[in-house]
Amino acid sequence: MQISDVLIPVGIFAALGVLFGIVLAVASKVFAVKVDERVPQIIDCLPGANCGGCGYSGCAALAEAIVKGEASPNACNAGSAEGIRRIGEIMGIAVSDPIPVHAQVKCMGTCHTATFKYRYEGAQDCIAAERMGGGDKLCANGCIGLGTCVAACKYDAIAIVDGVAVVDTTKCIGCGACAAICPKKLIVMLPAQSKYSVLCRSVENGATTRKYCKAGCIGCRICEKNCPAGAVTVDNFVASIDQNKCTGCGICAEKCPRKIIHRID
Amino acid sequence: MNFGNILLMMFSAILVENFIFAKFYGCCPFLGVSEKPDTALGMGMAVTFVMTVSGAVTWAVYEYLLVPFGLEYLQTVAFILVIAALVQFIEMFLRKFIPALYSALGIYLPLITTNCAVLSAALLAVQKSYSFIEAVCFGFSAALGFTLAITVFAGVRSRMQNADPPRAFKGFPLTLITAGLLAMAFSCFSGVKL
Repeated sequence: MQISDVLIPVGIFAALGVLFGIVLAVASKVFAVKVDERVPQIIDCLPGANCGGCGYSGCAALAEAIVKGEASPNACNAGSAEGIRRIGEIMGIAVSDPIPVHAQVKCMGTCHTATFKYRYEGAQDCIAAERMGGGDKLCANGCIGLGTCVAACKYDAIAIVDGVAVVDTTKCIGCGACAAICPKKLIVMLPAQSKYSVLCRSVENGATTRKYCKAGCIGCRICEKNCPAGAVTVDNFVASIDQNKCTGCGICAEKCPRKIIHRID
Repeated sequence: MNFGNILLMMFSAILVENFIFAKFYGCCPFLGVSEKPDTALGMGMAVTFVMTVSGAVTWAVYEYLLVPFGLEYLQTVAFILVIAALVQFIEMFLRKFIPALYSALGIYLPLITTNCAVLSAALLAVQKSYSFIEAVCFGFSAALGFTLAITVFAGVRSRMQNADPPRAFKGFPLTLITAGLLAMAFSCFSGVKL
């Protein structure tokens, strides 16, 4: 064995290594991509909770979308007014203050009021239960109550009470993550200054709803007839309140025979 | 080797000698990146891209650098070096010129740098003394087999996410059992006479 048997391979591999090193070093200069300096600045202004309520995968993704102009600077529901104003300054656009919103679960079908059609013993997850004939409650629009929204909430603002999800409006920052994940689409985002809300989404007729749940809207129209501001309308056997017209007098809640219109604050 | 033989070789690499289910290469990304079908497909596409390109490059390195100097015994080291550098280069190139493809593959590319499936595709091509075209086709079709396996597996796993198995089986054990069952299903392809 000669010394060249060792030196040649070592030389070749050293040369290969140096060559690749140089090529990569040059490539990193040639192919350098300019990152917009506004992106990290905007990330600083966002809350950084990565809740995904804006529809993007996280705060960094939203910041990029804002810089590209795909998202509006106030797309973050969870952001502070101060942060959003600063994003507007960075982007050089005037931004209106966001309207604060809270999540609201449109169901009162608790273990005591709702009627069940079977005993669910599967995975403790609403999406799984939804696949089993739409959950264990007879009402197809009722809260399944297995807490998929609770798991989705990053702010500990939603809890299951008596088989129905309930939002703690003092903790809710209105990111909308729970509304996005609810398989029944029962959670709506209401403006924070709303006074009253109808806590039912049952679109069955009155007689059927009566069989399904003691706390279901039967579409009797008493609230609609009694509202002095004309803010309540009954459509498809379920009442809804136009929050822009509602004066907060509370007559609808008083007159409701099913007691499902509630004051929310 | 004519065109028909290349097609047969590709069919064999995709199904009969599937990298994951028959050879057990690339099990790490197969188990790690298979929670959602979307990400599994992204990983599969990144592997396909890298294996095809590295098939071509490693073949050239072997034929024109290792064979003339009689250094075939150093092929493993050489291929690791080449593939690692190549993946880094491709990543930078994509980020500059094809940002859409970069954002689709970007996070998976660095994971593949020293993936054994990529390395074994290069080594097997040398072992079977494939020509240039065959080596590229082999790398591409083996990666297609990988993509098929990981995407099918991710589909099964996403269906199982809401299942309620006994506690001892929850999580990884059930994943491994599923992988074993899938491998058994794929083993039926070994009966195909080519």
